[in-house]
Amino acid sequence: MYVAVKGGETAIRNAHKLLAKRRRGDTSVPALTLEQIAEQLSHSVARVMGEGSLYDETLAALAIKQARGDLIEAAFLMRAYRTTLPRFGYSQPVDTARMLVERRISATYKDLPGGQVLGPTFDYSYRLLDFTLAAESDGAELPVETAEMRDEAMPRVTDLLGDEGLMEPDPITDVDAPVGDLTREPLAFPADRDLRLQNLARGDEGFLLALAYSTQRGYGRTHPFAGEIRYGEVEVEFFAEELGFAVTLGTIKVTECQMVNQFKGSSKAAPTFTRGYGLVFGQVERKAMSMAMVDRSMRWQELGEEQSAPAQDIEFVLSHSDNIQATGFVEHLKLPHYVDFQAELDLVRRMRAEWFEKRDQNPDEDAAAQEAAE
Amino acid sequence: MNDTAQIYDQGEYNFAYLDEQTKRMIRRAILKGIAIPGYQVPFASREMPMPYGWGTGGVQVTAAVLGKDDCLKMIDQGSDDTTNAVSLRGFFEKTAGVRTTYETSEATVIQTRHRIPEKTLTEDQILVFQVPIPEPLRFLEPRETETRKMHALEDYGLMHVKLYEDIAKNGHIATTYAYPVKVNDRYVMDPSPTPKFDNPKIDEMAALQLYGAGREKRIYAIPPYTKVKSLDFEDYPFEVQKFDKPCALCGAENVYLDEVILDDRGGRMFVCSDSDHCEERRAQGHTGPMAANPAAAQITEKNQRETTR
Repeated sequence: MYVAVKGGETAIRNAHKLLAKRRRGDTSVPALTLEQIAEQLSHSVARVMGEGSLYDETLAALAIKQARGDLIEAAFLMRAYRTTLPRFGYSQPVDTARMLVERRISATYKDLPGGQVLGPTFDYSYRLLDFTLAAESDGAELPVETAEMRDEAMPRVTDLLGDEGLMEPDPITDVDAPVGDLTREPLAFPADRDLRLQNLARGDEGFLLALAYSTQRGYGRTHPFAGEIRYGEVEVEFFAEELGFAVTLGTIKVTECQMVNQFKGSSKAAPTFTRGYGLVFGQVERKAMSMAMVDRSMRWQELGEEQSAPAQDIEFVLSHSDNIQATGFVEHLKLPHYVDFQAELDLVRRMRAEWFEKRDQNPDEDAAAQEAAE
Repeated sequence: MNDTAQIYDQGEYNFAYLDEQTKRMIRRAILKGIAIPGYQVPFASREMPMPYGWGTGGVQVTAAVLGKDDCLKMIDQGSDDTTNAVSLRGFFEKTAGVRTTYETSEATVIQTRHRIPEKTLTEDQILVFQVPIPEPLRFLEPRETETRKMHALEDYGLMHVKLYEDIAKNGHIATTYAYPVKVNDRYVMDPSPTPKFDNPKIDEMAALQLYGAGREKRIYAIPPYTKVKSLDFEDYPFEVQKFDKPCALCGAENVYLDEVILDDRGGRMFVCSDSDHCEERRAQGHTGPMAANPAAAQITEKNQRETTR
């Protein structure tokens, strides 16, 4: 048996052709359109936009199609495209209090100004396979009944708590202060909260979910309540220097989660609630909630808490949250390593030879050791 | 990325893929790295169209130093025809349209993973390394905040303790690749996972050495003719691997060899890891003990088929 060790250009080209064929699958089945993906796989699209850090549903749909549904691969395609785009500047902070809300729930109040709006959610659905979907027909409009939108403001729960002084205030930042951007500057530690939130917003949903879960199971407990989760459209504004005012570039759909956490207070600060914050593209509540919990966990130092758990460890969390980096480094083990392996092979052979030599020289010692063990 | 259709003159992407602003940022990091040999300079590494771990750091450094008249050689594991070397060479053929070569002496820029060519490099050449983990102290101390402090204080005790423990336990230092070096009597540096066999080559090398770690966002450099010392002890001096056989194909000695398994009955041969070096020697008429062996010939033939494109 001859084992080929060197691959060549032809092999790569053929492999890519085969990949293209496998991606398409059976050609008698109609090809997916980007509209189908964007409309019917919107959660996938949202995840790819978030972890790919680029809000564009059509491109995300294309990436998902090209990646054969591998969402991390799709996010990677988005990132690699995004990095080539010119930068005009940074948008104004989005105002989620002015969100055109499609869903808004609070777990801390039964009712509140603006009301609870359940919206499209898997919550309270029975997870039974819906076999009617297997033969879904096209074109039929699905009848939906929704309550009339109450024409009243929908203040954020944290603002309601803040009025009473029960909630820590939003950190006051200088509007002109530069925004941290880890896509332009390498991440350095200690990292401030703006960078941490950016890192989490781009981070892997599964990683953040597991970390958030660990805090609930006692590894750095933060006593969270889902103060509010809202999902809907917000306007993105850009301050145009030439005009002297902000212009609206368009709207994006985001999920915002404000976790409300206990804080016992200290000699300097009265007891109050503290917050963890999550904001992600699209309706990705699981990640928004996880992000808020991990954000709160990482604030242990400023709140004078003890650090004991992985979710609190800023360097650990931020260094390993990016799935594009993680998947790259894990999967690079597929690349040839035979030069280094040869060096190890040589060492192990030598060490084994030394080991056997030593054993053969002192057979009595070996027997004695065995006796002692018995 | 591997069809050789070229996109460099279509205006979609800049020469060598990266935009000029990004190249400038990378060149600044490189210059700083050259000014402080062995010091890891943080840089705003970009997402590249190949995955992290595939050489994104090396690719960014190469893209930043590459000019239109350069001639590029791309190797992985010492060979020009390993899959990723083929893929990365194709990337620069496609995005920069520069001349590429398999010949070490012809290249002005050589990007490598895990090896340094056997042939002595010259002042006109730049050697670019792909680096996975730039921090030599990382496996002793996982925190960046700590390791940066240790470098700043030139506190390398931990590393010496590690090497000492190796000797106490095994009778010799059990590091075979990514063997730590001290650059210019100051910074301890990871020479990337090249086998320690290559460490003597980086000492007083005539060519400029640039090290790029994309995922970890670090660049470091060794200017030409810089002292680079592999860490050791007076009574346990640094030693490179020795092979007891010459290359089976070209008969070269004192070169790094790959072990090639020929069958499932323990048949194996050792051949030059530096495929260009091996081919050049064979072209000059050198033959090794197994050059006429049919199993060996299979490899030789395959390599030549790939080479003559």
